[in-house]
Amino acid sequence: MSGGVDSAVAAARAVEAGHDVTGVHLALSRMPGIFRSGSRGCCTVEDSLDARRAAGLLGIPFYVWDFSAQFTEAVVDDFISEYSAGRTPNPCMRCNERIKFAALLDRAIELGFDAVATGHYANVVTAADGTPELHRASAWAKDQSYVLGVLTADQLRHSMFPLGDTPSKDLVRAEAERRGLSVANKPDSHDICFIPEGDTRDWLADRIPMETGKVVDTDGNVVGSHDGAVAYTVGQRKGLNLGVPAADGRPRFVVSIKPQSNEVVVGSRDDLDIGEIGGARVSWAGNDPVVSGYADATENGFSPLDCEVQIRAHADPVPATAEKRDGEIVVRPNTPLNGVATGQTAVLYVGTRVVGQFTIDRTVAANALV
Amino acid sequence: MAYLDFAATAPMSDDVIAAWEFAVRQPGNASATHRDGQKSRLLWEEGRENIARTLGAKPFDVTMTGSGTEAINLAIKGLWWGRNSDAHRARIITTEAEHHAALDAVHWLVEHESAVVEFLALDEFGVIDLDDLRAKLSDDVALITSLWVSNEIGTVQPIAEIVAAAAVHGVPIHMDAVAAWGHIPIDFDASGLAVMSVSAHKIGGPVGVGALAVARSWNIVPSIHGGSQQRLRSGSLDVAGTYAAGVAAQRAHAHVVGNVQKTHELAQRLADGLRASIPGITFRGHPTNRTGDNVHITVPGLDTVSALFLLDELGHSVSAGSACQAGVNSPSHVLRAIGVSDSDGPLRFTLGPTTTDSDIDEILAALPAIVERTRTLN
Repeated sequence: MSGGVDSAVAAARAVEAGHDVTGVHLALSRMPGIFRSGSRGCCTVEDSLDARRAAGLLGIPFYVWDFSAQFTEAVVDDFISEYSAGRTPNPCMRCNERIKFAALLDRAIELGFDAVATGHYANVVTAADGTPELHRASAWAKDQSYVLGVLTADQLRHSMFPLGDTPSKDLVRAEAERRGLSVANKPDSHDICFIPEGDTRDWLADRIPMETGKVVDTDGNVVGSHDGAVAYTVGQRKGLNLGVPAADGRPRFVVSIKPQSNEVVVGSRDDLDIGEIGGARVSWAGNDPVVSGYADATENGFSPLDCEVQIRAHADPVPATAEKRDGEIVVRPNTPLNGVATGQTAVLYVGTRVVGQFTIDRTVAANALV
Repeated sequence: MAYLDFAATAPMSDDVIAAWEFAVRQPGNASATHRDGQKSRLLWEEGRENIARTLGAKPFDVTMTGSGTEAINLAIKGLWWGRNSDAHRARIITTEAEHHAALDAVHWLVEHESAVVEFLALDEFGVIDLDDLRAKLSDDVALITSLWVSNEIGTVQPIAEIVAAAAVHGVPIHMDAVAAWGHIPIDFDASGLAVMSVSAHKIGGPVGVGALAVARSWNIVPSIHGGSQQRLRSGSLDVAGTYAAGVAAQRAHAHVVGNVQKTHELAQRLADGLRASIPGITFRGHPTNRTGDNVHITVPGLDTVSALFLLDELGHSVSAGSACQAGVNSPSHVLRAIGVSDSDGPLRFTLGPTTTDSDIDEILAALPAIVERTRTLN
């Protein structure tokens, strides 16, 4: 229970369904802010009191459990080290993977609980052979299956998402109001929960040495300077000090970041169109593609299968083919993906089902594919 | 279902609640001159008299406050400003094992009023090192502040020696007696202390009532200004709270001089039972100079949060030490101050007048399995 309306209503539904529910608020920061803030609506002291009040209203016990040390190590430090390596991390995925459905779930099971329920919008369905499957929520706009794409079968077996079949957020808010939950009108949290005011650049600048370096084009020519490579994102157009205009006069975008040489590589919009992504760190949300019957096993992987790939929580899924060869998952979208950074997560869907995910280690521009 | 967290709060008995209800129905403002006011005033005075008597202080020397924390803040800041009104006395002597009400008040003075804090060495039981105290004392010390009894580990400080050492240099002492009142005999007037703070809800009175006994020779500067309903603290007098606290004080005093032995026996039985059934535990606090109703143990590797959760599921109320903001237990600063490792998980059992044999039986039946289950979750 974060203190937000989704987890409060999720708890209420779990109680109503007859489960033996205990509310837990995760203390993920050792020095939480005091007041709720607009852009970061999560994890302040006031949020914890909102969660406590909701639990009280529902008549369920409530505890605050301190996972700040594990969170710092598994999520915050990972965030910093990924950026330092020139990659774009997804801390919400790491938190789900290592904290909410791992450290927290482990402790819950030790203490005799059967599952962790959250206010995520997603559905868990049981396949014919009894393995769990993760599916999109009924509300396309609110679907959060992407950020849960990192869960394994075992984790899914112990998860519950009571909001999965609600078609709109407005309905959830209305339900909260009906139930007398004071958080019915609390704004949703956006941004990253551990970065105040959503100012990632400044936050990183305080933690990673920022040194002036060169901006180069895709041929290696120096075209400008920057104040710190790691604060740039792939696809960024603003904030580039370019002294030399492009030969074709068209705008330039950040295409990749090279922290070792402290360089930012820029290119044209075409260079941002990605025709292939690959990664070796993969997990399957239940049965893998072969067992699921989507692909055939090959000597060192599986044959190409038709799927959809989604590379951001709110990006549209793109039809693609995925295969596994030479130790990595390789995905070729049918139409180019725009603005893909290494370190991001690619989630693969077949229909509404999340098949699995991988961290993107490499990208190939569409215009570089043979 | 055992309630063994009297150090957090002591439940109000029916007669204390009845006293509060009786007094709250009296409509007057205790500072008004008419008869309604006089009647209210009388109830307030009666309450304060009862409190004062059990503190060993004169009623007029007892200031009623809104909490033990307020009394502690009034004592420390009031004494600091008083001691710095006629001379520059920057130093405050205290320990790292104080309750946060004292530590944070001292810290505030350091941050905002140029105070300098010096922490006394403590032994493994949390007892103040008297030689260190004597070495640090001089007449430019503003005050000494210390717990009389540790709310966490139960250690009782050597008051007489501390007072004697301070008297050599004319340094006033504040004793935080919040965990002492109702547990050990106290006599403020005989003690030689300058100020002494207590809290009503710790002895079965209502929350929202604290008190500060002040030896009138010391200059205490008030924090809360207004109608001067009390010399050292303004604000409408809490008639019902003070009256009910007075009834609670009498009950607590009767317990201390009468049947506290029974509570001590139960605590001893608990301690013996824990020692016999749980391997590897260490009892914290001084073995003999302690309040007899506190049993505090640490268990290597114990995940205290989980152990408390499992005890809670069985309906048993036990604690790890001080409660904290936002409900998260941090490692105890008191245990750290006496050199206990963070990985030694604490469990604090504080008994009270209504604790029974069956409470102890239930805890002894449940705890060994819980400890085994949560011993290595950390």
